[in-house]
Amino acid sequence: MRTSVTGVAIPKVCGIETEYGVHGIGPGDSNPVMASSLLINAYVTEAQRQVGWDFVDESPGNDARGFGPEGAMAPEVETHLVNTVLTNGARYYVDHAHPEYSSPECATPLQVVLYDRAGEVILRRSMEAAERAYGAQGRIVVYKNNSDRKGNSYGCHENYLMDRDVPFPRIARYITPHFVTRIIYTGSGKVGSEVGNRERRDGSRVDYQISQRAEFFEEEVGLETTLKRPIVNTRDEPHADPQKYRRLHVIVGDANMSEVATYLKVGVTALVLTMIEDDWLERADLVLAAPVKAFRQVSYDPSLSTLLELASGRRVTALEIQWELLDLARKYALERGITTLGEDPETARGVLDRWESTLSSLESDPETLDRQLDWVAKRKLLQAYRERHGLSWDAHQLAAMDLQYHDLRPEKSLFARLPMEKLVDPDEVGRATTEPPPDTRAYFRGKCLQRWAGAVAAANWDSLVFDLGSDPLRRVPMMEPLRGTAAHVESLLAGCSSPAELLEKLGS
Amino acid sequence: MPERELKKKQAPARTETAVEDEAAQSSDKAEALKAEMDELLDEIDEVLEDNAEEFVRNYVQKGGE
Repeated sequence: MRTSVTGVAIPKVCGIETEYGVHGIGPGDSNPVMASSLLINAYVTEAQRQVGWDFVDESPGNDARGFGPEGAMAPEVETHLVNTVLTNGARYYVDHAHPEYSSPECATPLQVVLYDRAGEVILRRSMEAAERAYGAQGRIVVYKNNSDRKGNSYGCHENYLMDRDVPFPRIARYITPHFVTRIIYTGSGKVGSEVGNRERRDGSRVDYQISQRAEFFEEEVGLETTLKRPIVNTRDEPHADPQKYRRLHVIVGDANMSEVATYLKVGVTALVLTMIEDDWLERADLVLAAPVKAFRQVSYDPSLSTLLELASGRRVTALEIQWELLDLARKYALERGITTLGEDPETARGVLDRWESTLSSLESDPETLDRQLDWVAKRKLLQAYRERHGLSWDAHQLAAMDLQYHDLRPEKSLFARLPMEKLVDPDEVGRATTEPPPDTRAYFRGKCLQRWAGAVAAANWDSLVFDLGSDPLRRVPMMEPLRGTAAHVESLLAGCSSPAELLEKLGS
Repeated sequence: MPERELKKKQAPARTETAVEDEAAQSSDKAEALKAEMDELLDEIDEVLEDNAEEFVRNYVQKGGE
């Protein structure tokens, strides 16, 4: 073993944004934009005072490859829609025709799991609040899935902090094989196919596939998120110091119900990005010959046996690519140590161990992961139901079960009935609906909103704007995702009795 | 991948009684799991949306992101 060299990779501050499916079950027309607004309004009215989101620094049209927005794509600014920031540091708003919850910035994968679950609790409370506030019109059901089974898909995006100095083509080159193959543990499972059945040349049908999202991807790299979706999204909007950072916006993921799946999705991806940042994968023979095709091949093959072609001509399974990434990560951890998933190296070790045990189980018998992985749990349930009732895979009951697995109502959710492994304590999840994570800038945002929501004119990922009643508005920039933590500002905030005092002490 | 082979640990040699005990236990376990699944399927029959066909047809979303 070489002497330990400290890596140059930076902490993988991360978060998850989930667009939920909405379905009005009250009388009359169900307008999804209206339904989403009712949910959020009702929640916010009950839970806290609404705070307007500040769009000043939002530029979703910027491209990581260096060029500006294309003429065809205007920045999507929807200030007229409901848009709010919660005291846990999350953003909760209407995006297109879905309620979207963007978790606060988190420092560890387990924290992401916690705040992702907190988002589900918030949506569940929103459903209850909407019915209380609006009666029959407010009877809206929320689903945490990615497709309506009719070709319409909505996303669950991840975000990871990256060093600006890492060349984007290197990120795209090495993260692609990971994105294409990680679905063997991050997939949420789907009955049938929305594009595959008509595409297969040999006449075979897709009865059940691993991923909800995979088949909606048509490009390798690009800026779009809704049309011609790319496996690697180039949106360049760091929400932080743009000289130092980039935010990798990941749009390929399935929304997971399983905590283990979310943990692995975020944890392993953060590990792979750490290695890319440190140029650790430079000689790895992992580049796929045809990533878009491979993504579907992996999703359509729950037996995990399909061979994917690499650019080198070698043919490997998705599982083999994951094993090779794991071996590289083990060596990297041994030589350099990994502190990018949290300061304690145990955090990264926990992800490595879980990754390894999951790959071992997938190799010997995926069924043994029926309490850990969504696609395995869902498939087992569907198989048993199919056998009991003698149904074929295209039976409506199975499609209904597929949707209902993701229903957030406890009395209807199929997921909630399964004995799935839990990684976070439900009481902690409850606290996380109102308390920010302590070790990112979300702490400062959340705490200011808890104490002085009335004086916060606008909140953004990278700034808070205070209105003290006298002009001008005062802006507090938060360009460093790891500043403004409890360690930095807890005593400062405790020592201030008003926002004016805080601003004075901050010298802004 | 040689390293991967190393990860597959050899099971220690076991006595015949241990194997028999294990077989009995695993059949008990299989029974229990089957009962558990049957109960779950009963429950699903109760909570599944009444008209599956209509429910699936009416579940229409706008594309997002």
